[in-house]
Amino acid sequence: MELSLADTKKWIELFVQKVESEKSQLNELDTAIGDGDHGTNMDRGMKAITDAFSKKEPEDIVSLHKTVAFALIQKVGGASGPLYGTAFLDMSKKAKDDADLTTLIQTGLAGLKRRGQSDVGMKTMIDVWEPVANALKADEFNQSVIDEALTSNKALVATKGRASYLEEKSKGHLDPGAQSSAYLFEALLTVLGA
Amino acid sequence: MKYGILIVSHSKDIAIGVKKLIEQAAPKLSITTAGGTDDGEIGSSLEKIQTAVEKNSGDEILAFYDLGSSKMNLEMMIEMTDKKIHKYDVALVEGAYAAATLAEIESPLETIEKTLEPLKIK
Ligand SMILES: [Mg+2]
Repeated sequence: MELSLADTKKWIELFVQKVESEKSQLNELDTAIGDGDHGTNMDRGMKAITDAFSKKEPEDIVSLHKTVAFALIQKVGGASGPLYGTAFLDMSKKAKDDADLTTLIQTGLAGLKRRGQSDVGMKTMIDVWEPVANALKADEFNQSVIDEALTSNKALVATKGRASYLEEKSKGHLDPGAQSSAYLFEALLTVLGA
Repeated sequence: MKYGILIVSHSKDIAIGVKKLIEQAAPKLSITTAGGTDDGEIGSSLEKIQTAVEKNSGDEILAFYDLGSSKMNLEMMIEMTDKKIHKYDVALVEGAYAAATLAEIESPLETIEKTLEPLKIK
């Protein structure tokens, strides 16, 4: 299934709204196992997306994903910038010949794994992206997929990123990148009307 | 010169400090830095890395970084540019210093990389 340009834009706008309203929640999660700036960093990226959309209305899905990618790459500052940025940039490239939603999310996931040199189970945003990609493929994407992904992420010991320095102490804390990714996919669910 | 050095750090002060340090050992080398975010905060910036790559006059670049997002932004740059950039997962200060010392006397890449091997930490 392909998302229309209008729906893709709505998806990103809902993500922007969600991150902006949950900025302090994301900072709080990052304070527990990181440096406390995930909300502030993502918020800066969200503002850059809004700015970029208002300066130039994306004319197709390819350019929309690219605009999102560059806003995040340029403005986020922390590790989530190159991670989300790579995901959206790869999605933009893929959309040139295949804009199927499932394919795009899988492409974004592969980009995250490449950029972060990480995989599922390391307590990162991949713990959300992978089950969502799988659920989309199986046509079983719903809120419980996201909820379960967050629950299992919380129970993990971090083996990637700054939180990995905390070893066992990272257990019981939700990874802030997993939470912001959950917002991304909750926004997608809203657009899909599920 | 054949090689230039690129320092990418989360901190502007670290990037500049490392440059000052290795300049002592390699006064002729092109050494460019990308430290901190565009706003001068702690973090990393692809734009700064891009500028540092453009300004570097080495035919090829030997790149050193400190933490996670410096590395990821550097890797993005490597994917985007046509310039040959060699990235080393080594201790930043020691690695850049050793590489600069050798590049200054135009040692071959093989020698430089052999020296960097035991400094690998990430
Ligand atoms: Mg952080």
